[in-house]
Amino acid sequence: MLTKLLNWVDDRFPLTDTFERHLSKYPAPIGQNIWYLAGVLLIVVLVIQLISGIWLLMNYVPTSEGAFASIQYIMRDVDYGWVIRYMHTTGASMFFLLIYLHMFRGLLYGSYQKPRELLWVLGWITYIILVAEGFTGYVLPWGQMSFWAAQVILSLIGSIPVFGEELLTWIRGDYLISGITLSRLFAFHVVLLPLALIAVVFVHIIALHEVGSNNPEGVDVKKHLDDDGVPLDSVPFFPYDVVKDLFAIGVFLILFCFILFFFPDGGGYFIEYINYEEANNLKTPEHIVPAWYYTPYYAMLRAITFPIGPLTAKFLGFMVMVAAMVIIALVPWLDRSPVKSIRYKGIYSKIALFLLVFSFLVLGYLGMVAPNPLRTTLAQVFTALYFLYFILMPFYTKYEKCKEVPSRIKVR
Amino acid sequence: MKFLIVILFIISFKLFSAEGGPCGNYLSEDVAMGLCEEFKSEHENKASLQRGAKLFMNYCYGCHSLKYARYNRVARDLGIPEDLFQKNLLFGDQKMGDLMNIGMDQSESKEWFGVAPPDLTLETSLRGEDWVYTYLISFYEDESRPFGVNNKVYENVGMPNVMGNLQGIQKSVCKEVPKIADNGGIKQDPLTGDIIKEEKCGFLDISKEGEVSNDEFKNSMKDLTNFLSYMSDPIKEEREYIGKFVILYLLIFTILSYLLYREFKKDVH
Repeated sequence: MLTKLLNWVDDRFPLTDTFERHLSKYPAPIGQNIWYLAGVLLIVVLVIQLISGIWLLMNYVPTSEGAFASIQYIMRDVDYGWVIRYMHTTGASMFFLLIYLHMFRGLLYGSYQKPRELLWVLGWITYIILVAEGFTGYVLPWGQMSFWAAQVILSLIGSIPVFGEELLTWIRGDYLISGITLSRLFAFHVVLLPLALIAVVFVHIIALHEVGSNNPEGVDVKKHLDDDGVPLDSVPFFPYDVVKDLFAIGVFLILFCFILFFFPDGGGYFIEYINYEEANNLKTPEHIVPAWYYTPYYAMLRAITFPIGPLTAKFLGFMVMVAAMVIIALVPWLDRSPVKSIRYKGIYSKIALFLLVFSFLVLGYLGMVAPNPLRTTLAQVFTALYFLYFILMPFYTKYEKCKEVPSRIKVR
Repeated sequence: MKFLIVILFIISFKLFSAEGGPCGNYLSEDVAMGLCEEFKSEHENKASLQRGAKLFMNYCYGCHSLKYARYNRVARDLGIPEDLFQKNLLFGDQKMGDLMNIGMDQSESKEWFGVAPPDLTLETSLRGEDWVYTYLISFYEDESRPFGVNNKVYENVGMPNVMGNLQGIQKSVCKEVPKIADNGGIKQDPLTGDIIKEEKCGFLDISKEGEVSNDEFKNSMKDLTNFLSYMSDPIKEEREYIGKFVILYLLIFTILSYLLYREFKKDVH
């Protein structure tokens, strides 16, 4: 009976085929290590954010008069509203933590190299959407930091020469950040950006399943197939990867719930203390700090302190910030190495990747603290180092000595 | 090499040096200038919360609202019977299910104090428990201010010392204190071994006790801070209670999933 029903569906829609292709029989390379877990955990967090978001939406009021109080209403009067809200705030930080680890994995093992260029670019688009989603979401609680971070970030648009101010007013919908700005950011946060995010993540996974997953060795598993055309160095996704992912999800949820139930503020990094005060356009906080996951870019923005010709320092800083994000998308075409994985790349690539990560972390710290002359100089140095990783990539990857890549994966 | 280390030391010192402590000009023999006294909240100590609530309703609630909280929730959480709460802590025609708003007009209070007294529901989350406690104990006499008092933590604050009758008269005084050497130790005379002292100003001293002793007053302020801490995060106790079971469940789930994973891993060569 059930087989009959399945056959009936399969004649009209490729149900079994799709299920086998993308889930049960998808060949996962062996030897994938802990870095490969960020992907599945990102899916978990996406689901957490979507579900907790829907429930928050049931009680949130997107107006400048009601937003702040409605958050407290959720925290105090809604049954288990605090669980829902802390899920969403913890999820936001975990989303960025995981996507940075996921991107680092890509750089580490060359997961962007041919034929995975498009896969990388699609992943980059999800990151950019996530940045926008995070920013719009950050404004919604309508605390002091929501307001002033929005003020600082949106004012960057005003620094564009000639038509910047008009553009800024058009985007804000007002002459300053107001309830009108709040409700349009709200619309983006709950409808447009999540839709785009789900769509691009879906396409990202389709693209992944077309070219197949990479592995820490950077070996092309498709070169050695068995009689059925399945890579020899792979295992079917079900059950092998499913049980592995289940274990990883368990460990991750322990960390997640530990934060949620015991340190929901994350020491002021996941929910900033200043945001416990309602937005007040007459009272500027002493220093304005964006959420931790944007601070590297914020440090780059502040690092540019000098105008060039008619272009203001603020506009140049804005451009540097944009360039820092855009340049990530170009990596597949900057890397000229014959090998994928860092395990077989030369010493220059290793040093370069280390410096990139180090610069990103230092910039992250500098973006959090109040600037002083020394910190600004350091921010300039590390901004330069960040860009050098990308700009010099065609050279150091081409001229360094690589080790020979084996043809098959050996499980360690 | 030595030069490099010195440079790195100077850079890191300048890099991580903080810009003044969180507690303004507060100074005591226990903590360095600008640092706060330590305070640890105890939301399970219902007696302390009840005393704090009583203090708040009597001394603070005239000017400071708790507009995100409701009376009946406070009564329930603190274990105060509703009829008692209604009789003693509810004013006017307010109902137990109401939000804890005050009757004072914002624009009028701005005229009286220069600034409207802020809502205090989230105060300890905003400023920290240590800050709130230190602020409450550091009012001192200052003739140059409109209400005759100033505050060490929040210089030139608009608030009068409403609990002055309890605390008595506190003054900012100078004291002979042991001199601290550059290495952080106490400076001693190299010949006699006597402790070298210096005069430092800005210490707080009760010159005339009020209705209660200084220790009793400090304990009362701890109760009040404890209550405000509960106000900011009323769910904390329940949250941490539930959290333990959630983590326990996840641990069991994770151990089982690990055993499953280990079993399947044997197939992969």
